[in-house]
Amino acid sequence: MTKQHANWSPYDNNGGSCVAIAGADYCVIAADTRMSTGYNILTRDYSKISQLTDKSVMASSGFQADVKALQKVLSARHLIYQHQHNKQMSCPAMAQLLSNTLYYKRFFPYYAFNVLGGLDNEGKGCVFTYDAVGSYERVGYSAQGSGSTLIMPFLDNQLKSPSPLLLPAKDAVTPLSETEAVDLVKTVFASATERDIYTGDKLEIVILNASGIRREYMDLRRD
Amino acid sequence: MATVGETQRTLYPYVTGSSVVAIKYKDGILMAADMGGSYGSTLRYKSVERIKPIGKHSLLGASGEISDFQEILRYLDELILYDNMWDDGNSLGPKEVHNYLTRVMYNRRNKFNPLWNALVLGGVKNGEKYLGMVNMIGINFEDNHVATGLGNHLARPILREEWHESLTFEEGVKLLEKCMRVLLYRDRSAVNKIQISKITEEGATLFPPFSLKTYWEFSAFKNPTVGAEGSW
Repeated sequence: MTKQHANWSPYDNNGGSCVAIAGADYCVIAADTRMSTGYNILTRDYSKISQLTDKSVMASSGFQADVKALQKVLSARHLIYQHQHNKQMSCPAMAQLLSNTLYYKRFFPYYAFNVLGGLDNEGKGCVFTYDAVGSYERVGYSAQGSGSTLIMPFLDNQLKSPSPLLLPAKDAVTPLSETEAVDLVKTVFASATERDIYTGDKLEIVILNASGIRREYMDLRRD
Repeated sequence: MATVGETQRTLYPYVTGSSVVAIKYKDGILMAADMGGSYGSTLRYKSVERIKPIGKHSLLGASGEISDFQEILRYLDELILYDNMWDDGNSLGPKEVHNYLTRVMYNRRNKFNPLWNALVLGGVKNGEKYLGMVNMIGINFEDNHVATGLGNHLARPILREEWHESLTFEEGVKLLEKCMRVLLYRDRSAVNKIQISKITEEGATLFPPFSLKTYWEFSAFKNPTVGAEGSW
């Protein structure tokens, strides 16, 4: 007698796109607020962005229940870290923690596609980009989620990243000003909304810099 | 079901309830569901209460497997009991109950043994209205109007057009009746025995069941394939 397989899946894709761009002394993290399932929209006003520490902000798209669980695990671990070390985690430390947390569930993954943005120990912007099982890399900018294939080539074109083949490794942090980077993010989402059915409704932008944290919103097409 | 020696787990539901629709209105939350429990394609049970009050501040509506809903009610009974036993003047609000349900549903999904339900949790506490949904794989969110199952396809579009912030009780009921009528016409597992409940700061009220007036004399129903043979 063959083993009966579950005819339901523990996963679903709730769609959406996330972007992060690192600057000389700021970091911009953005995501749309649409939550879908199949061809339905569940809600137009769901935030995919989670502030983990004063200096790190994570945006995640994919399967919403796993994203929520991941955010909870990370903020619980951060709380323990603060109790044990009497200080907040740095962004590179949080990046490693996120990677380890994802790999921990290597054989039943969190279906979450993350970008972590923030300020490193020197106050420079940093962006870390992940796959679902925790492989990560520090980059100058990244896009994840359903619109990433539309957004990433455009960011490559605009942010003029030097070739990774060059030695010594050149910093890919953008020379753009903060306002220019925010404008770029708005443009990029407006374009992704046109062609990706899972991206739209509203854009949430979080800007981290030396003076703290700021939020901006922009309406996107609702179709 | 799985053979002896393997862990038993849910593979498919048996007795199911169809859609639940809920909206925020001026004074709180309004929730509607029919009273049907289907056994596959048979409308087996016609007096199933699929909306129940939880504690002082919340209403829970469920679609999907009825036995799993009853199990959830047992979990919540225990939760509310312990909350009352603290006797500290504090009581679990809708946000807290929704969070608890989300964790329960997600944990069961992680064990590949889901509670086969889509739940709607609405309530008011300290003047703040809350309306959320959680389904069997743990997807959860809150919004001004929610629906489960076919309600997502048929009721949500109506609510997106006609819902607004300051609905009165009468307007809210009319809006919900409109949604339930469409579901009655188009969802084959709907029965014409509707229960509407409301929850406000004062508490929960479950109204007695009623039937919706339906009209079957539309000319399109009489000769449905005129002009398009082979269509439905």
